Amino acid sequence: MSEIAFYVLSAIALLSAVLVVFAKSPVHSVLYLVLCFFAIAGHFILMNAEFLAIVHIIVYAGAIMVLFLFVVMMLNLNKDSDQPKSNFGKLGAVLTGGIMLLVLTAASKSADTSMAQVQSLGELGTVQSLGKALFTTYLLPFELSSVLLFAAIAGSVMLAKKDID
Amino acid sequence: MGIREMALMIPLLPLIGFTINIFFGKQLPKSVGSWISTLALIASFGLVVSLWGPIGAEPLGLHLTIGEWFSSSWAHISFSFHIDQLTLIMLSIITGVGSLIHLYSQGYMHDDENQNTFFAYLNLFVFFMLLLVLGSNMLVTFIGWEGVGLCSYLLIGFWYKDHENNDAARKAFIINRIGDLGFLIAIFTCLIQFNTLEYSKINELAGGGMITTGLATMITLCLFFGATGKSAQIPLYTWLPDAMAGPTPVSALIHAATMVTAGIYLVVRLSSLFVLAPISLNLIFAVGVATALIAAIIGLRQNDIKKVLAYSTVSQLGFMFAAVGAGAFSSAIFHLGTHAFFKALLFLGAGSVIHAMSGEQDIRKMGGLTKALPITHFTFLIGTLTIIGFPPFAAFFSKDEILAMAYSKSVWMFFFLALTSVLTAIYMLRLYFLTFSNSFRGTDHQASHLHESPWTITVPLVLLALASMFSGVLGLPEVISDYHWLNSFLAPAIKVQQEGHVSHFFEYCLMGVSVVALIIIFILVRKWCSGEKALQVNNGFWAKAIDNKFYIDEAYDSLITQNFARISKWTNGVLESKLVDGLVNQVSLTTLLSGQTIRRIQSGSTGVYILSMVLGIITLLVFQYLSR
Amino acid sequence: MIPLLQQISLEHYVVLACLLFSVGVTGVLIRKNAIIIFMCVELMLNAVNLLLVAFSAHHHSAGGQTFVFFIMIIAAAEVAVGLAILVMIYRNMHSVDIDKLQNLKW
Repeated sequence: MSEIAFYVLSAIALLSAVLVVFAKSPVHSVLYLVLCFFAIAGHFILMNAEFLAIVHIIVYAGAIMVLFLFVVMMLNLNKDSDQPKSNFGKLGAVLTGGIMLLVLTAASKSADTSMAQVQSLGELGTVQSLGKALFTTYLLPFELSSVLLFAAIAGSVMLAKKDID
Repeated sequence: MGIREMALMIPLLPLIGFTINIFFGKQLPKSVGSWISTLALIASFGLVVSLWGPIGAEPLGLHLTIGEWFSSSWAHISFSFHIDQLTLIMLSIITGVGSLIHLYSQGYMHDDENQNTFFAYLNLFVFFMLLLVLGSNMLVTFIGWEGVGLCSYLLIGFWYKDHENNDAARKAFIINRIGDLGFLIAIFTCLIQFNTLEYSKINELAGGGMITTGLATMITLCLFFGATGKSAQIPLYTWLPDAMAGPTPVSALIHAATMVTAGIYLVVRLSSLFVLAPISLNLIFAVGVATALIAAIIGLRQNDIKKVLAYSTVSQLGFMFAAVGAGAFSSAIFHLGTHAFFKALLFLGAGSVIHAMSGEQDIRKMGGLTKALPITHFTFLIGTLTIIGFPPFAAFFSKDEILAMAYSKSVWMFFFLALTSVLTAIYMLRLYFLTFSNSFRGTDHQASHLHESPWTITVPLVLLALASMFSGVLGLPEVISDYHWLNSFLAPAIKVQQEGHVSHFFEYCLMGVSVVALIIIFILVRKWCSGEKALQVNNGFWAKAIDNKFYIDEAYDSLITQNFARISKWTNGVLESKLVDGLVNQVSLTTLLSGQTIRRIQSGSTGVYILSMVLGIITLLVFQYLSR
Repeated sequence: MIPLLQQISLEHYVVLACLLFSVGVTGVLIRKNAIIIFMCVELMLNAVNLLLVAFSAHHHSAGGQTFVFFIMIIAAAEVAVGLAILVMIYRNMHSVDIDKLQNLKW
């Protein structure tokens, strides 16, 4: 049963990823990416990382993608035909991607995962245990990330602001 | 002070004279500077004379080590002097004739503004020459050898404002250097083969039969090559006539008495080595005779008073080398000594004549100077009679000795030498008659200035004339006296026994024939020179050839100098600018071009940048995967 | 609790993550629109996230998940700033075509 779930979710993820790349309109790409994120969140739930799945949806699909959509709409790129570079460029890009895939899989294939079984996280995926880990072992990065977010906010506001004469 | 200190002071005094004159010469008044030099040399002469007593009797001579020069595990070279009988003779000649020439120069160079520099150079020259003869090993001799070459350059080119003098000085120096190559090769060979350069040790090895003929031949040939450069033999004699561009005292000192005798000295020093190589000795014999003959022929038609004397010097040096080649080493030294006296006398006399004639040197424009220059005339006459071998003046004995030794070795060589003596008589008497006899042929301006030279000039002339007259007694031949003083004096120094024996009958014949021949030549030449024919220009083929010195200088120029110039031009134009410069330029060009090419990678197109990044990551991953 | 996924080995997740990553790379190389490229970068990040959670489950430790958490934070910040830059570029060049961004050259 879970295998079917796995394969279906993987198929959705891959398909939507490919469609992100090859969609003609940017808005469609954004939407396909949202779909992809949902599939990946489904994978997270399969591995019992519930907190991460929820956060994934809220942050990525909910906030980041909405931001993307805002920008696409603002720049009015809807009608952009946006052809890829040239036939040669297309070919080169696909080839490079393919080579990347080969290398990655070859590299990871040779890793010794003979007895690798993905177990579910069990208790570890819950909010409580993750929260405990975050607030004890990983407290410093947690606090620092708030500084990072603050810097990002200030930076983006400053960058995108129009000069007021 | 002891003998050692005295021996050390002998070269040191001229060096001090040089130092004072070279640094303070411009500030010192002329008389002070010149007298410092002259007195330094006279003091040296005094020291030499006082050394005669102690060292003359000592068979081993005096060895004076000044310091260790350099030593390695297999060779020691020290800076040391060795004074034996041969050295003493050379020292006496150098300092004696040298001081007379210094005295002479005070009068001769009186009007020159750089007089003190001249004396500085003279003193330096004497210092180096003394070093040459005092050295106990070949390297100290070589220092002196090079040093006299340098000083001859400085002195010949003394009147440097005239470019011809500079050319002559350069020619002398360069030709000397070519000869020095031979000397250097001989030094290196000796050092490698014998592990020593000391004369005493080399003579020991040679005497003990430890040196093969081949090795001895090689070393002696190289040494002889060096000697031809210094002593103006064929093929390196062309510098000496040109060197007459220098002041006359220079010609007297360098080219009559001292520097040119360095070659002979070197050969005689290593005589034990030379007798091991009969090939070299025969070569020296032949070269000496040939040089003597050819120089005499050329001297017949020269019209410059100093050039005649120059060729005469080359010819007499040829005699000396012929003596060496015949194995008669102490005869060569004998003739060296007498030659120093009469040639210096002749040169100084010529200088006096030139001085009186306000700088005129062409003998066709002289004549009738007997009344105007009595002392000069008389001493010059004595010099001429000496050089042609008129008894009882000195060269009669020394030349006869050489002729006799030559006869005992080879009749043909004797014949050529005898012919040379005849030619010597002819050209010297021609010189004398044209210069002094008959009527004056110069300009009126010169006639009004004719005057006898001051005492600083005439006193040396008289002293040298006396020496020429009486030094013959040092080497009386067997027929007259049983005791040949010079031979026995030099015997401990020149370890080689002088062979060569002629019968008494032959000696008597030789002496008689030479006297008769000389008288006949005297009368004939006097008649010839009093006529007009002697002054005419002869355009015949042989006359032209002799006038142009057999075109040897031109031959050297076209064969050697021009080719060297071509090679150097080629090297500069092709090798230097194309190869070396090209190589260096290529390196810079390569850097430039590669820079220009490589910077195109930064095309600015973001897509390419991203692609290269990805490719880089892939490469890294591949390497990581492969290196597992 | 959901029963163990006994037939899904780690390799499956590795392959999936690699595939997603390569698709992301291809997307970055093939598209000219800067926004699409940005989105493909997000895709790559997500592939990594997936892999990290898989390994965290495999090793049964919380470290992987925490890392994913932080990656998300950083991705959010990065997107914010990146899009601001994009907007600036659009204002200057009136296009988000990366072929028009050619000024960083010799």
